[in-house]
Amino acid sequence: MLTIKDLTVKFPSRFGDFSAIEGVDMTIKPGEIHGLVGESGAGKSTVGAVVIGLLQAPGYVTKGTLTLGDTDLRELTPAQAHEARGDRISMIFQDPQTSLNPLMTIEDQLVETIQAHSDASKTEARRRAVDLLEDIGIQNASQRIKAYPHQFSGGMRQRVVIALAICTDPELIIADEPTTALDVAVQSQVLDLIQQLAKERQIAFMLITHDIGVIAQVADRVTVMRKGRVVETGDTAQVLGAPKHPYTRALMDAVPPLDQKIDRFRVPAADDTAVMQGDTAERWLLEGQQHCLTGLALENLTVTFAGQRTSLFSKPSPYVALEDVALTIRPGSIMGLVGESGSGKSTLAKAITGLVTPRYGTMILGDTVLPFGSSRSRHHSSRQLVQMVFQDPYSSLNPRHRIGDILTEPLWFYGFVKDPAERTSLAASMLSLVGMQPDAMIKYPHQFSGGQRQRIAVARALLARPRFLICDEPTSALDVSIQAEILNLLKELQARFGLTILFISHNLAVVRQMADDTAVLRDGKIVEVNTTEVVYQSPQAKYTKSLLAQTPVMPKSWRQ
Amino acid sequence: MVYFILKRMIQSVFVMLAVAFLAFSLFRFVGDPITQMTGVETSVADQERLREELGLNDPFVSQFIRFTGDMLQGDFGYSYRTRQPVADMITERVPATLELGVVALIISLLFGVPAGVYTALKPRGIWTQTILMTTLVGVSIPTFVIGIMLIFLFGVQLGWLPTFGRGGTVQIGNWESSLFTISGWRALLLPAITLGVYQLTLTMRLVRAEMMEVMRSDYIRFAMARGVPIRVLHYKHALVNTMVPVITIIGLQFGGVIAFSIVTESVFQWPGMGLLFLESIRFVDIPVMGVYLVVIAFFFVLVNLVVDLLYVAIDPRLRLRDVE
Amino acid sequence: MIAFLKKYEGLWLFVHSPLSIVAAMVATLIILGAIFAPWIALVNPYDLASFSLFDGLLPPVWQDGANPKYLLGTDDQGRDMISAILYGARLSLIIGLSALTIAAVIGVGLGLAAGYYGGRFDAVVMRIADVQLALPAILTALLIDGIARGILPTAIQQDLHVAVLTLAIALSLWVNFARTARATTFVQMNKEYVQAAIMMGQRPSRVMFVHILPNILGPLLVIMTVDLASAILLEATLSFLGIGLPADSPSLGTLIRIGMQFLLSGEWWILWIPTLFLIALVVSINILGDFLRDIFNPRLR
Repeated sequence: MLTIKDLTVKFPSRFGDFSAIEGVDMTIKPGEIHGLVGESGAGKSTVGAVVIGLLQAPGYVTKGTLTLGDTDLRELTPAQAHEARGDRISMIFQDPQTSLNPLMTIEDQLVETIQAHSDASKTEARRRAVDLLEDIGIQNASQRIKAYPHQFSGGMRQRVVIALAICTDPELIIADEPTTALDVAVQSQVLDLIQQLAKERQIAFMLITHDIGVIAQVADRVTVMRKGRVVETGDTAQVLGAPKHPYTRALMDAVPPLDQKIDRFRVPAADDTAVMQGDTAERWLLEGQQHCLTGLALENLTVTFAGQRTSLFSKPSPYVALEDVALTIRPGSIMGLVGESGSGKSTLAKAITGLVTPRYGTMILGDTVLPFGSSRSRHHSSRQLVQMVFQDPYSSLNPRHRIGDILTEPLWFYGFVKDPAERTSLAASMLSLVGMQPDAMIKYPHQFSGGQRQRIAVARALLARPRFLICDEPTSALDVSIQAEILNLLKELQARFGLTILFISHNLAVVRQMADDTAVLRDGKIVEVNTTEVVYQSPQAKYTKSLLAQTPVMPKSWRQ
Repeated sequence: MVYFILKRMIQSVFVMLAVAFLAFSLFRFVGDPITQMTGVETSVADQERLREELGLNDPFVSQFIRFTGDMLQGDFGYSYRTRQPVADMITERVPATLELGVVALIISLLFGVPAGVYTALKPRGIWTQTILMTTLVGVSIPTFVIGIMLIFLFGVQLGWLPTFGRGGTVQIGNWESSLFTISGWRALLLPAITLGVYQLTLTMRLVRAEMMEVMRSDYIRFAMARGVPIRVLHYKHALVNTMVPVITIIGLQFGGVIAFSIVTESVFQWPGMGLLFLESIRFVDIPVMGVYLVVIAFFFVLVNLVVDLLYVAIDPRLRLRDVE
Repeated sequence: MIAFLKKYEGLWLFVHSPLSIVAAMVATLIILGAIFAPWIALVNPYDLASFSLFDGLLPPVWQDGANPKYLLGTDDQGRDMISAILYGARLSLIIGLSALTIAAVIGVGLGLAAGYYGGRFDAVVMRIADVQLALPAILTALLIDGIARGILPTAIQQDLHVAVLTLAIALSLWVNFARTARATTFVQMNKEYVQAAIMMGQRPSRVMFVHILPNILGPLLVIMTVDLASAILLEATLSFLGIGLPADSPSLGTLIRIGMQFLLSGEWWILWIPTLFLIALVVSINILGDFLRDIFNPRLR
């Protein structure tokens, strides 16, 4: 039905034309959910954009054919192409919040779309809209339809988006990362909905995502892309379970399994990763260490924030971010903290590092009590002993500072090394230790990729000679293969230098690989905490069980 | 939402009080009211008696309270220069300035908004480039130069339009308006255009920037993907969303209009508040200066309050709370 | 060379934008002329002895009755037009730049601090800004001038005139800087490199000036060019209104005011030469400002 042959798209730049995608072939049959998977820069979104005709200027198609049924999509005039949109092809995007016009009611947006493609009257269109919303699973549709987008929760909003996409009965829907911004439970519902629509209404889906688990759960067939080219295509079970192409194999090797813990990920040997030699740095880290492994104990920790004032007369009720959190992290171990967005994971990290002041509770690092945020002196020992690796590699390094300056800052600030030349060589050695070339010292952060920046961030944390490391979603922004490298790096460093790590993530599979113990956080409360084996194999709490059940994974039967 | 409105109103009151305080400080510390009013012949003893009578020896705070109270009742004191009540002087001039300002604002919106929309939707057209170039130059020419050029072209060389004064006026109650006579309009045209040009360029650039930003948003892309007709997309979706931030800026611009009216009134000898203010500066007529300050701030604050209310009316996110 | 240009995207765009090149050249010429005015100008317009009434009202070189010594003619006092506009530009630029610097220092300082500390401090700064905004630029400038006139004894009024003018203009411009600095600082505060620095225990002043400031310079630079144009225009307007610089040390605005007297009588050059010069200066600054804005906002390209 949708046939793509030899599609090539180029973007002109002052360095010459750059090929976004090249020679792409793909077919999708009616009612088929076709996954399009690849890492960042693979060109997946470009393919979707071209099919629906919304390619960002100045990109242009240089060659290839694109047919939907009998229609040659490339031959259409702009007006015809625009008519085909909605009528035959539709598209949904990643963020339901920004996909809806905030100033129009859901009803208006639905009715206008329906009327654009059919002769329905206003009442008729409205009736169709209400029916559709109920089909999709929005209760009380005839009243809810009068609401504005901001009055819906994230999952409901994505349903509304899907309703808008199917209200015109298209043959094909392109879904560009439709569940990436959603919580696991909601994601599971939306994926079910997509499967239902594909089966009942025979709508074909091009499901673009970087999440292999999602593909495994719902896609019938899958195409793997890399750097603009198609690498492999076929039935999902075959491509994911027994990949033929070495790239796909490497990709599958990098996916953290949910059901077992592996020691190290298998990563293809590349120049950057190898080395891990930085003798000076290593010696420096090991020497002068108290060599004492440091644990962390939290008791009754409660953090509240002032609520939003909405009425002149009543004081706003405070928002409880963390409630009576009790946690013990064994010295020299890795504690995984799992939770969905808004559960309070980052708040916990901020409380420990003093960025946020708890209402009450105790925090004991090693054998010293940690003062609360506002009363913690700027020279307190915890500021050196506790270091953090952040989530976003694009904002954790100061874009205007050179790597050398960023790395030598902790050495200078904590007074470890007085001589500037010594600082520079120690920092360079640390760079080698994390697998980077020392010539990075004079460069700026924007010259590096996300994975490289995270390595630099780890180096910076180590240059403070910490005993306790907090990793707050350190790989959530990285491609799966890069994630595997960084996780390997962290495991290696932890083993060599006896660090105690609090590893925070919403990705259950990743935490499984990294953590010795795991705690599950929900709405500010610890729901379950135990050794990782126990939490994952025999979870006690209902919440943990449902989280595990709803995380999309590849069925074991597929793996050879 | 009620809370939001109340909060804004309290903020406005605060701003007005601050301005009143500034005006009052002007009165108190700049120059000596007594010497201004009495001249050199009055004896020191008489001056002292006058000082006592007028309560000028009272503590600062009580004088300030009295000052504010007087203002609220419409008593603005007396001009040093003309000995007339300032209130009368100002109310006499208000219609001229307001009419000029409103017409200028209308001109700027009437041409500025469509120009902004056009240049945003057709970024590479030849007309767009022309408009952008013209506005760039327009923003760089000081208002008084525009006034001079218009006077030169239409007043001197072509002789089509008068170059000073208001033309024929009609009295409606307390309001002396020039909008009801042809000669009034002819006299109004050049000053209004002068005043409006700068505002026009600002509005156009703002609308253009906002609209281009909106056109890039996800919901526009999604509407495109759904096949919503292009016309509807541009106007119902994009333009409406663009106007929301634009309204705030227009409110701020009103302040600019009043301010630049000083210059325009000077060039065209337009008998409005601005000209009055200029004269008061030259003669250091403190009472007029101070009151002008307060009146301007009041207009400004009022307009902004209205804009905020409009904001609340238009943007549902401010009105309705999340249901779930 | 080409590789070097390509590396710095800004330079590449600049070289490919003829408009910006022309604007930069014009602006540079004017600025250089203004700086070197004392050396290259024929007469010093402030030195009453250096010109005479007998040379007054001479037209520019291409009209009858001109004196080739004065290429663009002379005004009613006998001052050479070229010298007048060069010195005038000099004054305009000095005042504009000084006012800009003061406004920038105050505005960015307050904005940074408001963004960093938030809470009460931020609220107070914003309220002050609100009050300042309720009084438009011209109004503030006129008021300061009026107040100065009222407070200072006439003797030192002349000497302090330039200072008062500069202060007045600076006060009307600082809010722009403050708001932009505050908004961009808020954005940076959420970035993780700032949180890392705070966590480390660095002093607030260090976090603000070493870490945050370099990252908010972009938008501030754009405001600086736009506000420089505003400052120059404001000074010209004030001088035109008679509140700014007087006739014996004229800025471009004063010259235009003087020239307006001759609007109807035929000595067009006394009015239009300074006018065109002023427009050229401001237009080129604005073009450069626009160009800078486009560089810092790559999405608009």
